[in-house]
Amino acid sequence: MHYLPHTPADREFMLRAVGAQSIEELFADVPADVRFPHLDLPDPLAEPELLAELRAIAEKNWDADHHPCFLGAGAYNHFIPTVVRHALQRSEFCTAYTPYQPELSQGTLQATFEYQSMICELTGMDVANASHYDGATATAEAVLMAFNVLRGERNRVLLSRYVHPHYRQAVHTYLQGFNLEIAGEERPAEPGELAHMADSRTCCAVVQVPDFRGELAPLGELISLAERLHSVGALLIAVVNPISLGLLKPPGAFGADIVVGEGQPLGNELSFGGPYLGFFATKMEYVRRMPGRLVGMTVDRDGKRAFVLTLATREQHIRREKATSSICTNQAMNALAAAVYMAALGPSGLRHVASLCYDKAHYAATQLAALPGFSVLNRAFFHEFVLSCPMPAEEIAALLLERGIIPGYCIGKDYPEYTGCMLLCCTEMNTRAQIDRLVQTLEELA
Amino acid sequence: MTEPLLSELSSEGRKGYSLPSADVPHATPPAEWLRERLQLPELAEPAVVRHYVRLSQLNYCIDTGFYPLGSCTMKYNPKVNEEAASLPGFRRVHPLQPEETAQGCLQLMWELQQLLGELTGLRAVSLQPAAGAQGELSGLLMMRKYHRDRGDAARRKVLIPDSAHGTNPASTAMAGFEPVEVPSDARGNVDLAALERACDSSIAGMMITNPNTLGLFDEHIREVCELVHRCGGLVYGDGANLNALLGIARPADLGFDIMHVNLHKTFSAPHGSGGPGSGPVLAREQLAEYLPGPIVVKQDRHFALRMPSRSIGRVKAFYGNFAVMIKAYAYIRQLGEAGLRAASECAVLAANYLQERLKKSYHLPYGRRCMHEFVLEGRIPGAPAIRALDISKRLIDYGFHPPTNYFPLIVREALMIEPTETEDRQTLDAFASALEHIAEEARTAPELLLEAPHHTPVRRPDEVRAARELRLRW
Repeated sequence: MHYLPHTPADREFMLRAVGAQSIEELFADVPADVRFPHLDLPDPLAEPELLAELRAIAEKNWDADHHPCFLGAGAYNHFIPTVVRHALQRSEFCTAYTPYQPELSQGTLQATFEYQSMICELTGMDVANASHYDGATATAEAVLMAFNVLRGERNRVLLSRYVHPHYRQAVHTYLQGFNLEIAGEERPAEPGELAHMADSRTCCAVVQVPDFRGELAPLGELISLAERLHSVGALLIAVVNPISLGLLKPPGAFGADIVVGEGQPLGNELSFGGPYLGFFATKMEYVRRMPGRLVGMTVDRDGKRAFVLTLATREQHIRREKATSSICTNQAMNALAAAVYMAALGPSGLRHVASLCYDKAHYAATQLAALPGFSVLNRAFFHEFVLSCPMPAEEIAALLLERGIIPGYCIGKDYPEYTGCMLLCCTEMNTRAQIDRLVQTLEELA
Repeated sequence: MTEPLLSELSSEGRKGYSLPSADVPHATPPAEWLRERLQLPELAEPAVVRHYVRLSQLNYCIDTGFYPLGSCTMKYNPKVNEEAASLPGFRRVHPLQPEETAQGCLQLMWELQQLLGELTGLRAVSLQPAAGAQGELSGLLMMRKYHRDRGDAARRKVLIPDSAHGTNPASTAMAGFEPVEVPSDARGNVDLAALERACDSSIAGMMITNPNTLGLFDEHIREVCELVHRCGGLVYGDGANLNALLGIARPADLGFDIMHVNLHKTFSAPHGSGGPGSGPVLAREQLAEYLPGPIVVKQDRHFALRMPSRSIGRVKAFYGNFAVMIKAYAYIRQLGEAGLRAASECAVLAANYLQERLKKSYHLPYGRRCMHEFVLEGRIPGAPAIRALDISKRLIDYGFHPPTNYFPLIVREALMIEPTETEDRQTLDAFASALEHIAEEARTAPELLLEAPHHTPVRRPDEVRAARELRLRW
């Protein structure tokens, strides 16, 4: 086995050194009747055989390089500048452990500090952590944080129906062990209606901007929601798409207290759903209740600038059951990808990507809405919209597949009020020719 | 050597990207929503590349040297795994594509579920948890729901040995349980008498790491599991130390009901400076319907996603850290049965080899044969000022990454050493020699330790100041 450097002579030598006759003797503490079980595993593959097999498996998939893709719904097909992959391939980042030894980890620590800084700027918040598993778990942990900020005395969570269904499910999963009531999901509710539900038992409200339908609520409604929540002593959690923030006002501007979201659009591969990263940012006053790792700037014993993990007294390896979360391993490489992406694009690049997304989606929506029987149900949107169709969306999806197009998301699965509708997304990766082909295909089908 | 911050390298008007111009008419968002200010750094592409390459050079990593962090399993990360995970047919697939267009991804996941089931004997598998701690949370929520379904909601306590990882009690609290600490006995096993006293009808289950964080295989592991089962509890296995057991023993055969495995430790996926990991949760068939999901099922020759009927729900969006799964799959397929067993054997042999030699210079509090790791006391007779941290920092001067410090908590000044199977004898010898020299230096020239490290990009940072002044962004 070419990953194991021990020759038979080495093994012999080492066994003698430990005073054992055989390798088996080292396992004497393992109950004899279950020791060394036979494992029914396939025969080992040599490297070329392995690659050939994996290539064959991979080729069974459709991928977004070979098929126009109009899917969004929480994972987005964006261009990833070559420099991002180049940085991720550095062994020094990829094969290091969590930066617990700062003298040997300044690269990771500084890159994380810079990531935190850029997430703060993007979201309009004071402080961001080093990442969560994804947007869904960042949302769930934000709710737990709000609950803890209010010392567990308020047990009502307002969770907008139009937060991503997976995120809402993760919130339910994470809250199982707590005595919390979740409201707001049952019936269609816009931010204004959530505001009416806020009361003195409410610890927080969660809204997604733009929401799962792509809908961009009027800014005034979100400001009112934040004001109403603050007036009853509750927090506003905003789930946002980071690319939209290249063009649109950040949640800090409408009064959000915690901002979370899926960071995948920032330079991370689609990769069938993961690994992605959840970003998590809040106001400085809540920093000690924040979950996850934080990197801080300090000086070394010579007075030179240095970076370290800080406020570890919030974390599981110090606080154990009193920690703000059990999170340990996070998504450091994905956060690095996001940082390199933001560094490469800068403000003008991010605005450019956001504008292209906005323009393409609005072009597609205009063209599709002009087809007989089709209409777009959004009032305002960023790069995703709900298309009402003259025939069931599932049938349309099947027909688009036949023509080699990856269709949008059949949103009726999660929302009966949108039965038969399709959630479509356009990014800078969708050319005008692709959009025209989609429009033309739907025109022929309908 | 230090590197300026991105913000310090920035200059207004520089541009590090190349994107097409619009091929559709321009549209304008509602005026009230338009963002005015976005202050990200502005760099040209060469500066971006140089910045990150220079930052990378400030890191120590597996590919530069020995990294014996206990309980972290810093083994070599095969390069072919990275190649596999970057195939366009994997990385360019959207998670919500219709199942018929993602059969390759689903097949790989299904096969990995089978492989992990065979390796552990726990055949119900969900690949969704993103890391070990999330696998723990999943397993504990499964425990909770299992008891509730049996009308047994009064079980509020989870037993956790005092040698456990911090994630165990933290996950227990997150799952709404109360952690109860169980002491270890003089041989480093779970104290059976104390366990017996703690076992009653309020116990939902127990979390055990076996081998434990002392690197010791619990000599009464079956009795431990039986005691927990007898009072109606379930046994959860923290798979952080599974690298000692591949082909050696299956957790199911030892009495475990649920466990997580760390694909980024045992199965060679890289740690990525702290993630992504992947922490699949595995269980006995009787608990299959409680798994988080969706999971992959095979129907004839078609692979499909299915939510278990009594699932605790989703623990994250989509299906888990797929790219990490590819790496674990590639690893298992390359090693096969004999290779995996050889990996665990060599990991255990290497740890015993180092332990045997180092126990002459450092106190070994539990003097048994170890499994894949062992714990020394970082205190040196005749050098009262020296702490484990100083020894660790001095190791850096010798070109090695330090072991895990101050964990497990039951050993004073712990130095927890896990060499893994991928280090050759020369490296192990050089590491042992370095630690021996350091023990000598501690007595003869303690300032060498107290002031270490000497040659790193920065020296010991002021952590107190970092926490007091809190500079968390530029």
